[in-house]
Amino acid sequence: MLGDFMPILVLVCLAALICGVMVVGSYVLGPKKVTPYKSSPYECGVMPLGTATERFPIKFYLVAILFVLFDIEVVFLWSWLTIFKDAPTDFQVFSGVDVAVYLGLWIVGYLYIIKIGALDWDEATSLAPEKLEASATVAVPAQASNQEALA
Amino acid sequence: MNYVLPTVEWPTVMPVLIVVVTGILAVFIEMLWPKRNNNVIVGLGLVGLGLAGSSVLKQFGAPDGVTFGDMVVRDQVGLVMQLLLVGICFVAFLFSEGYLREKQIPFAEFYPLALWATAGGMLMVTTTNTLELFLGLEVLSIALYCLAGMSRQESKSEESALKYFLLGAFASAVFLMGIAYLFGATGSLDLNAITSVWPATTPMHHTLILFGVGMTLAGLGFKAALVPFHQWTPDVYQGAPTNVTGFMAAASKVAAFGALLRVLMAAAPLQEFWFPAMFWICILTMTVGNLAAVVQKDVKRILGYSSIANAGYILVAVLSHVKSPDKVGLGSTFYYLLAYSMMTLGAFAVVSLSAKGGKEGTRLQDIHGLWSRAPFAVVCLVVFVASLIGIPPSAGFVGKLFIFNDALAAGLTPLAIVLAVNSVISVYYYLGILQAAFVSEEGAVRNQSAKPGIGLNIAVLVCAFGVFWASFNATWVQKTATGTSVSQAQTVSTTTSPDRMGPSNPE
Repeated sequence: MLGDFMPILVLVCLAALICGVMVVGSYVLGPKKVTPYKSSPYECGVMPLGTATERFPIKFYLVAILFVLFDIEVVFLWSWLTIFKDAPTDFQVFSGVDVAVYLGLWIVGYLYIIKIGALDWDEATSLAPEKLEASATVAVPAQASNQEALA
Repeated sequence: MNYVLPTVEWPTVMPVLIVVVTGILAVFIEMLWPKRNNNVIVGLGLVGLGLAGSSVLKQFGAPDGVTFGDMVVRDQVGLVMQLLLVGICFVAFLFSEGYLREKQIPFAEFYPLALWATAGGMLMVTTTNTLELFLGLEVLSIALYCLAGMSRQESKSEESALKYFLLGAFASAVFLMGIAYLFGATGSLDLNAITSVWPATTPMHHTLILFGVGMTLAGLGFKAALVPFHQWTPDVYQGAPTNVTGFMAAASKVAAFGALLRVLMAAAPLQEFWFPAMFWICILTMTVGNLAAVVQKDVKRILGYSSIANAGYILVAVLSHVKSPDKVGLGSTFYYLLAYSMMTLGAFAVVSLSAKGGKEGTRLQDIHGLWSRAPFAVVCLVVFVASLIGIPPSAGFVGKLFIFNDALAAGLTPLAIVLAVNSVISVYYYLGILQAAFVSEEGAVRNQSAKPGIGLNIAVLVCAFGVFWASFNATWVQKTATGTSVSQAQTVSTTTSPDRMGPSNPE
């Protein structure tokens, strides 16, 4: 059993060895003439400007994660489709219903994303003041005071 | 292609379906009427959970079996745990809306997320398939990560969500690696394959299986907050909104113990290897949880550490059952999970009163004077604290007594002694909470608290009543939960279907 994994182990050891030798070798053998310009962060040959810990909108994260989610969905569909075409009919029906339910759930999620404006670049989702009211109908002065409290 | 369509027994999966669909409907309501308050969604959620609960209840007494291509198991463990999860979500919904409004974070997304977390937990406890287990674990966890960070204005809540997410993702990875080892060694994704494969395999396979079981236990230990994996608990419990903390403390523990139970029972033939480890984890969990709770100054942290200690108590019951399944049934495990859920959820419900006008303080001095502002809730808090300490006649006392007896019957006397000693230690910090609630307001840093709403009053009343009811009907609860005639040992063997794949033969 160990024999099966031996080549992988050898590969791992070899990779570690080669990388280690390269890094250590260049560190030991390479000339070290440190100048302020050389030890500054590499910015495609341009002098670095400003700070590296700049703040950027969290929107990027949201869009990225939504992209990953829908991307993964397609990956699952792909593996399903590859066996779907040659499968017997009862499997096609059964798995077809399964996938329809699965896609239905994605569509619900997609509708929700659009509805709350997760993809609108300028939109900031915030709590609707009506949520704080005890009754479904909203009195105007109370709404104003709540907005004040939220602000 | 050689594919057999799985048979589908709808009643078995109905509870999970109802809970999931209720969540989806709640999302639709929120999408259609975003500018309304959440009363409709709360009502829908409660109705859905009630239906799900009744569809679980209907299955009590039905024969055990598997459906959905061996993915879903129906047995007593699954049914009882499902019922507990549904009940926990129900009570959490009752007091959530008032609290969320006081904290000014009544996002309607809380309700679907909590429902889906419940559904994930319900999947976890009704399967022996490791992938399904993982799926349930992730559905439960990811919903909880989002819920923990729901209070977006508070850095503590964000910290809690991020910490929970990073550590939880790591624990999930460990769990998944364990599944990979088990699959590699047994050639099956089913937990019961461990039992069947173990005697017939070589020492090499044994090593793989042990690695697999160990990593699976570590992953579940994280969810259940057992001691070497407990570090996240106090921070996450403190930072998350209090209703989420209550839900999380009860639901994720029930689900994790449901899964842990199945893994341990499947791994019973190799218990000579893992039992010493679990034995010490159990002792550590009880002791560290209680000792760390003594020095805490924040109510939610105290309850967080108390939930760690309680996980230790439940683990004693589980280990006693796995050690000698003939002598010790699962009655005490079920019973204590029920008692723990009620008292913890109730206590967090009362603590949630310390939020007002978008602010919340949960340090001990912040709940000073709660007695004068919400006497009914504090009376219930007395009940929960008495039960957590283990004062008769409360469910906490009866539960601990059952576990103590189990441990003695299974020959685990050291665990019984540690449990008893720890119960005494716990008196100190539990009484600290009560004292803080009764102290007058003078000197309080932020002496404010919300008026308890009708939902909260019902929630704490249900929990407090349940604590007494369960203690007076202890035998009945145990008997109903374990099933009158079917012992747990038989249940496992009947759910092991004969057509499982045998041991793999890597050449």
